[in-house]
Amino acid sequence: MQRRLKIGVLYSRVRVEEKWIFGAMEKRGIDYDRLDDRAIHFDLHDPKPWQQYDAVLERSLSYNSGLYALRLLNAFGVPTVNTAGVAEVCGDKLMTSAALARDGVPQPHNATAFTPEAALEAIEAFGYPVVLKPVVGSWGRLLAKVNDRDAAEAVLEHKSTLGSVQHSVFYIQEYIEKPGRDIRVIVIGDHVLTAMYRNSEHWITNTARGGSGELCPITPEIEDICLRASNAVGGGLLGVDLVEHPEKGLVVNEINHTMEFHTMQPLSGIDIAGEIVEYVVKIARLKDE
Amino acid sequence: MSTVTCPECEAEVTLDAGTEAGEIIVCSDCGVDLEVMTVEPAAVQLAPMEQEDWGE
Repeated sequence: MQRRLKIGVLYSRVRVEEKWIFGAMEKRGIDYDRLDDRAIHFDLHDPKPWQQYDAVLERSLSYNSGLYALRLLNAFGVPTVNTAGVAEVCGDKLMTSAALARDGVPQPHNATAFTPEAALEAIEAFGYPVVLKPVVGSWGRLLAKVNDRDAAEAVLEHKSTLGSVQHSVFYIQEYIEKPGRDIRVIVIGDHVLTAMYRNSEHWITNTARGGSGELCPITPEIEDICLRASNAVGGGLLGVDLVEHPEKGLVVNEINHTMEFHTMQPLSGIDIAGEIVEYVVKIARLKDE
Repeated sequence: MSTVTCPECEAEVTLDAGTEAGEIIVCSDCGVDLEVMTVEPAAVQLAPMEQEDWGE
């Protein structure tokens, strides 16, 4: 008989995704704890309370809290979904781009610089318009489409003066004339689960910014690029964002390691929360092998 | 069905059946985000502001 597993779910807020995940745990009779990342604390000399978990699913809203929790859990020998290594790469756009470039996965043309002067030089080499993105951040926040040199100088000065130190890592990306949509794909392990178009009149197509969802068929091309992207960042439970580039075809724009799926689950009719829980159980069972 | 008082505008806010602690609800009067602290007894507080590193 298989041993009864103990799962932890690290979260910040009970969004609809967490409700679905908790529901999927309960439906399967899984013994799990809800771990509010604002309430937990780690004694680095006493890993035992954490080692009771066969796996921990990380759903923190805060990238920093989630990442450090994962690092500690992995150091304690606790399997996590995703691993700290994957979170480290996916939570930082520059690290993601570097991993994709290393593995030759198609992506937009990117550059980085560490001073406004060097960033301006890099932008001028791209030609306008370009997009400036914070290396850490989500939901389409603080993205800037820079149309000319005046705007570039202003945005770079604002970022270096008003932003945190992280905003002085300037991440520059070519502006892509996409067909009013991008594609969000959910990858679980080595399986591409479902995909949707995110349509928007705005150049930022994130559903968190009002974009609407529409089911997207998983073509062999989508499957191939998503699995290559997933492998490049270490694999796991991922939301891969693709853009249809007018010249390059499909490119990977970013990869999310604690993806939301409140639009995708009803749209696809797939029990994504259930698939997530099954994957966490699979990772937990590996501990016994 | 439980009701709470919005700490921002003092409107009466109803918690739907199935509401869980940790959920965010919106005050229908003033639109502020409220975090459900406990369901029994029903208690809410102003939800924390979105931080720079929040996301998916």
